[in-house]
Amino acid sequence: MKKLLIAFLFAPMLAFAAGAKLHLDAAPDKANDMAALQNGAKVFVNYCLNCHSASYMRYNRLKDIGLSDDQIRDNLMFTADKVGEPMRIAMRRDEAKAWFGAAPPDLTVIARARASEHGSGADWLYTYLRSFYRDESRPTGWNNVIFENVGMPHVLWDLQGDQEMGPDHKLKLVKPGTMKPREYDAMVGDLVAYLKYMGEPVSEFRKHLGVVVLIFLAVFFVFAYALKREFWKDIH
Amino acid sequence: MSKVNALLQGTLDWVDARFPLTSNWKAHLSEYYAPKNFNFWYFFGSLAMLVLVIQIVTGIFLTMHYKPDAALNASGVPVAFASVEYIMRDVSWGWLIRYMHSTGASAFFVVVYLHMFRGLLYGSYRKPRELIWLFGIGIFLCLMGEAFFGYLLPWGQMSFWGAQVIVNLFSAIPLIGEDLSIWLRGDYVVGDATLNRFFAFHVIAMPLVLVGLVGAHIIALHEVGSNNPDGVEIKKKKDANGVPLDGIPFHPYYTVKDIVGVIVFLMVFSVIVFFMPEGGGYFLEYNNFDPADPLKTPPHIAPVWYFTPYYSLLRAVTYPLFGIDAKFWGVVAMGAGTLIFAFLPWLDRSPVKSIRYRGTMTKVLLAIWIVGFFILGFLGTKDPAYKFFGAIPGAPVAQLLSVYYFLFFLTMPIWSSLDRCQPEPGRVTMK
Repeated sequence: MKKLLIAFLFAPMLAFAAGAKLHLDAAPDKANDMAALQNGAKVFVNYCLNCHSASYMRYNRLKDIGLSDDQIRDNLMFTADKVGEPMRIAMRRDEAKAWFGAAPPDLTVIARARASEHGSGADWLYTYLRSFYRDESRPTGWNNVIFENVGMPHVLWDLQGDQEMGPDHKLKLVKPGTMKPREYDAMVGDLVAYLKYMGEPVSEFRKHLGVVVLIFLAVFFVFAYALKREFWKDIH
Repeated sequence: MSKVNALLQGTLDWVDARFPLTSNWKAHLSEYYAPKNFNFWYFFGSLAMLVLVIQIVTGIFLTMHYKPDAALNASGVPVAFASVEYIMRDVSWGWLIRYMHSTGASAFFVVVYLHMFRGLLYGSYRKPRELIWLFGIGIFLCLMGEAFFGYLLPWGQMSFWGAQVIVNLFSAIPLIGEDLSIWLRGDYVVGDATLNRFFAFHVIAMPLVLVGLVGAHIIALHEVGSNNPDGVEIKKKKDANGVPLDGIPFHPYYTVKDIVGVIVFLMVFSVIVFFMPEGGGYFLEYNNFDPADPLKTPPHIAPVWYFTPYYSLLRAVTYPLFGIDAKFWGVVAMGAGTLIFAFLPWLDRSPVKSIRYRGTMTKVLLAIWIVGFFILGFLGTKDPAYKFFGAIPGAPVAQLLSVYYFLFFLTMPIWSSLDRCQPEPGRVTMK
């Protein structure tokens, strides 16, 4: 009876696993690679933080990834005066809407918002930023495999070069950029790692603290269980 | 030392002459006799109390920084949404308080569902505990309201569209529906007025009612005494002092036992809070990290997991009846699905309370109902076009299980009296 019940409980999960899947490339895990995160921050500030804000993220929070206030101020702050300010942009939203059809979204928690049953938000972003291709039917001249009719042009095009969608529905690099494909993928990996960090800056500390909390509770459990045994030894 | 004792005793006497402290301590703890054979299923009542305290305390601190404001800030983000991220980043330990509150919401439903299932297993709703059960159903309904109102507050896409869908359900009521839904929202769409009133309900109205009902639930329980896994009344066999032979004082026996349960619960709770606060998208939905946008309807709107069985009941009704839209009857089915538990004390006609002494029929029918409840819950998280293994369509399965969901209760007076039960023992057993 119990086994049957358990089998029934797991049946929906198996069915779930069999559902249709959007293919996403797995983003490399660079959560603890400070050099990669710093490079990602540099790319983010240079290429993304002109149209997209990250308005819940303060510049001086970047000390988490091994930067000092001075390094942040000298290298990463183009549009802010104080290191405690959030990453805002100068572009007005009504104008942005007129230019792109939709105002570019704030990117602070984009890596969390893009997660789905198909994969993590980092996987989605890693795939997205490598899936732009030339499409003359679009106003910007660009389209994207996993974000059809995307409003954003391929901002990193001079690095990656031009891709075209072949008749076999595969992307082909027709004009090389300033980076080799492998370099480009590594750079996008850094950027995505940074976006993931920015989505939840506390996540690494959270996991470390969790281990400490669980050890404390495990020790507490031993004493609490011994106390219960002592009190209950005469109850039969 | 004796001077200190005398002083303490004097203080206690002073209080007791003015407030029933000692008598209440005895009535509810040190001389409240609980059956000695409580098993695993009996942890969830005290755990529900613990989660209530966690929710209230974390909620108070969240309220200090949260702003129920749907206006857009300079960066084009709703103030309410931005204030949640402010708590997550700039408030000291705000992330922990927020994750405890969001995980606590799901944990509350987990322990309450298990607590209710315990009632089903051991007939805890049967005479003389009907009122305890009814207060409990009141708590359950209140909790659903509390969760629904609270879910709007982060002002993400799922918050917004979930509230939009649920409030729109009321518009299906003939004649008054349209006006009623506008009255509930305070606007033609879910907006700032809705956010502010939901905030008021979430932090004041619902918690007040909830705490009151919990008090009534416990007072009623301590009046009649606890049921137990054997379903026998321990008060029928008492010693010379009037103490039930199978009873033990709640304090210290069950207080020390419940501490063990609390620690195990906190370990599971911590694993979620510290290692998987999103709960795979079930506790914090991914879509809810996008701020609410009234102009962008998400392709797939699903309620949080604890509402999905009833959401399946709602979607299962697809035929209009008596000239009224199917949506209205869906709402009726969903409401009936939550309220039907209230009638259990009068639907169950079995001569014994506990599943231990009930026959095969009860066990099989209950097992199917539980499995059906899980599958309905699963399907409620999916698109209506979902297919099991990519082949078996989910919608007819949900309809079939919805019919069973109600038939189980409606035919209970028949099958519960027909089932072949074993005799109950005279005293409790320690299994």
